[in-house]
Amino acid sequence: MLKNRVIAVIILRYGEVVQSVQFKHTNVIHTDPAYAVNCFSKWNADEIVLLDVSRDRERREIFLQSVEKLSKTCFVPLAVGGWIKTTDDIKEVLSLGADKVIINSEAVRQPDFIEKVAKRFGSQCIVAGIDYRRNSAKEPTVFIDRGRENTGINVKSWAKEVEKRGAGEIFLSSIDNDGMRCGFDIELMKDVSDEVSIPVIAFGGALTANHLAQCLEETGVDAVSAANMFHYSENSMRKMKRTLKQKGLNIRF
Amino acid sequence: MTIAIIDYGLGNVKSVANALAALDIDSVLTSDQQKLADVEGLILPGVGAFGDGMDNIRDMGLYEVILREVKDKCKPILGICLGMQLLADGSDEFGAHEGFGFIPGWAKRLTPSARSFKVPHIGWNDIEVTIQEPLFNSIEETPDYYFVHSYYFEAKNESDVSAWCDHGGRFAAAVQIDNVFGVQFHPEKSQKAGISLLKKFYGFVKSC
Repeated sequence: MLKNRVIAVIILRYGEVVQSVQFKHTNVIHTDPAYAVNCFSKWNADEIVLLDVSRDRERREIFLQSVEKLSKTCFVPLAVGGWIKTTDDIKEVLSLGADKVIINSEAVRQPDFIEKVAKRFGSQCIVAGIDYRRNSAKEPTVFIDRGRENTGINVKSWAKEVEKRGAGEIFLSSIDNDGMRCGFDIELMKDVSDEVSIPVIAFGGALTANHLAQCLEETGVDAVSAANMFHYSENSMRKMKRTLKQKGLNIRF
Repeated sequence: MTIAIIDYGLGNVKSVANALAALDIDSVLTSDQQKLADVEGLILPGVGAFGDGMDNIRDMGLYEVILREVKDKCKPILGICLGMQLLADGSDEFGAHEGFGFIPGWAKRLTPSARSFKVPHIGWNDIEVTIQEPLFNSIEETPDYYFVHSYYFEAKNESDVSAWCDHGGRFAAAVQIDNVFGVQFHPEKSQKAGISLLKKFYGFVKSC
């Protein structure tokens, strides 16, 4: 039986691992991302996501070097996101050892981008990243450009649209919950998961094993992911997965 | 003793090379005909469409050399994911295509029994091993491997299937005949269980 995945997200700004709180990145957690990947890989993460949240492309080289270095010891799937704007950007990170790319802003800006690259690299390689906030009426709305630009697009209809265009998975990220340690946005994770037939990865707000368990039990997402929580205690991934397993969840342990 | 990872322009071949490097196995990432003839074992990786894969292999002049090395010289080959499906007679993915025909069968689209079984089949799934030697000997019970695919290998003879997986219906997780092996999952992305399988393939190559 297919397992639910527990995914470790590593957020890099100019090559350093940073903590993310509602998409603001103030604290540096490690200066060497290889350390984090080695730990997560050893601790049994099912997949690793690397996000480049640098504000400009100036020091992109540092991030690319990290991808290459990390992929050498990462024997679980590695997805890379941030600054993926062209076919060449995708070719570049794949050639450095990434297995998938996460495409976010560019999917909105270039309407045919997802379709084009899904044909070229296969849907399995293309993850649509959807960042969203709830507006004053609590309606979830898609944001791009690292949470800075409100597109006004409804999250559920956008999820349906990226599926139609050929995305193989959706990385669904709540900006409001990010770093707030309040658990996932259960309602929306469920809504989107019900709406599409491709796998959904939930991100944003998890601090405890209960948060991960609740999302898996109540929403139908395929995978749960977290960043900050895995950095601060030794062997956190393994402990977390043990708890999920004990709760009867379908987890690789 | 060198393994050639056949680079025919599809998928992340680098990760296979990284996994072999971690095992201290000498490998070369190549599309050079002479190198394919010189090495002791072949790995045919690949992710993507069957037709594109076979077209690339033919366009790069690799079809005949792979056929000769595997069929005539009995060189061990391990097909991974799309590489496994290319070992079949053909596929009906986006129109009919012909494969290598090393293992009788056909690549077909997954049609799970319920909507809750999503396609592509992405993630970690356990397998049931039916033939242990040489790739699955002394493994833990129902290990998990990482899969990502929309098509599967429908083997003509069930006796060629060395492991089964279930995703709203049973399909071949691994096939083998003599020197030809195929795995639907990605050993290079399946952590310890996968790395150990690559090591066993290398052991088989050494024993030839």
